[in-house]
Amino acid sequence: MTIDVLERDATAEIRLKVIDCDIHPTMASLSDLNPWLSKRWQEHIVTYGEFVRQGLAKTLSHPRMQPAVSRADAWPPNGGLPGSHLPFMQEQHLDPNGVAFGVLQPLRPNGNSQRNLEFGAALSSALNEWQLEHWTRRDKRLKGSIAVTQEWPEAAIKEIERHAGNPDFIQVSLPPRADEPLGRRRYWPIYRAAVEHGLPIGLHVSGVNGHTSTASGSPSFYIEEHHSNVQSMQGLVTSLVVEGVFEEFPSLKIVLIEGGFGWVPALSWRLDKHWAKMRDEVPHLKRPPSEYIREHIWYTTQPIEEPEHPAHLIDLFDWIGWDRLLFSTDYPHWDFDDPHTVFKVRLSEARKRQLFYDNAAKLYGLG
Amino acid sequence: MTRHIVATVGEIAPGSRKLVTVKGRDIAVFNVGGCYFAFFNRCPHSGASLCNGTIVRPAEVTEPGRYRLAADRLMLRCPWHGWQFELRTGESWCDPATLRARSYPASVESGAQLTKGPYVADTFQVSVDEEYVLIDI
Repeated sequence: MTIDVLERDATAEIRLKVIDCDIHPTMASLSDLNPWLSKRWQEHIVTYGEFVRQGLAKTLSHPRMQPAVSRADAWPPNGGLPGSHLPFMQEQHLDPNGVAFGVLQPLRPNGNSQRNLEFGAALSSALNEWQLEHWTRRDKRLKGSIAVTQEWPEAAIKEIERHAGNPDFIQVSLPPRADEPLGRRRYWPIYRAAVEHGLPIGLHVSGVNGHTSTASGSPSFYIEEHHSNVQSMQGLVTSLVVEGVFEEFPSLKIVLIEGGFGWVPALSWRLDKHWAKMRDEVPHLKRPPSEYIREHIWYTTQPIEEPEHPAHLIDLFDWIGWDRLLFSTDYPHWDFDDPHTVFKVRLSEARKRQLFYDNAAKLYGLG
Repeated sequence: MTRHIVATVGEIAPGSRKLVTVKGRDIAVFNVGGCYFAFFNRCPHSGASLCNGTIVRPAEVTEPGRYRLAADRLMLRCPWHGWQFELRTGESWCDPATLRARSYPASVESGAQLTKGPYVADTFQVSVDEEYVLIDI
């Protein structure tokens, strides 16, 4: 078999509107947040810096594939980090790729992982103002994610209430790697607040919780660590289901961002099998686990699964539910998915519209 | 195949590249240490512009923990997902049998030679005193 060069005409037909559910805006340094930080926290940054549960707190736990985790062509020509310059983001991504709406996922600073909870809450709060000031007010296509400090639910709820009802924010952002599995009751007040305000919970790969990132110990390589994001997602989905979160909050919507989706059918099948035998251990579950998963959880597509036979993607979508998949690019990161080439299998126009736009529009109330 | 004049030698200095359009096709022309290489400007994996790629020397591993830079191989590395393609053949590192970047033969000719034809130079005034980069399409 020979795979020929992708020809332009095979993909250029896409003139669909796109909702990109994962775009990373970047700041040059923490001092960019100073307009929204009290003098105390500005000085705290200078004197003490961040304190999370790992050494070398200013780095990621593993060296990344490319500098700034980014596409080599995403560095703004006038300087600065990839994702830091809105006009260049518009020119390189939003405009040519037909992005009608883009969901912002700022990853740093990670107020959600600070050991100092008051500092974490202050960072989260400032990060939200920064999203408004630098992004959503300057390009109406862009929508923010409300950053919160989940280990201090009272502060998280205050932050949610501060922004709920502002159409510039469309979800609450939590890290998949929190201090405990996300189904635990300590986090329920946050889910209650999200549900009350009609906001989905977006879980973008992130969080420094001090646990090894795989259940088998610390990975040796980036390829190994990268894959462990998928394991985090499986762990938290299982926790949300089994702890009874979806029984307690029947309208809760969870979006898993950048955690893959190929694993979803296998996990669902297996949990159902266990539940059939052990349901008396978890009598608060009224239905098979797969039904909660099918009803409450959405998945972004990037980085897309690339099965040897591209048609197997169709099987996966059939099993998971076509209405649960949300297109995303991860711009400007190195494993960016291009809307023109992401699905290496032929899809009907109706299916494309669903994946690229309709599902996200319905979930987030856009368009 | 027709040979097309796409640049003067001076326009693409060693270490640089130029994006040209030939017969409606975007083609990235690289000068690597005085040798020229031409690629269709579209990564066969996901369509990134290869003109924004990096020329890299691959690491060779003789045994776990021992590695060195290859002495005689250079690869073009895609700016997005890091797929690497042999500069001389376009073969990919990970899947050479089935996935390759489309490459075109590139060469240099003197203006004196070119004025004898039969080359296509629709945008170039050819001077007998210059040298030119040609690609075969």
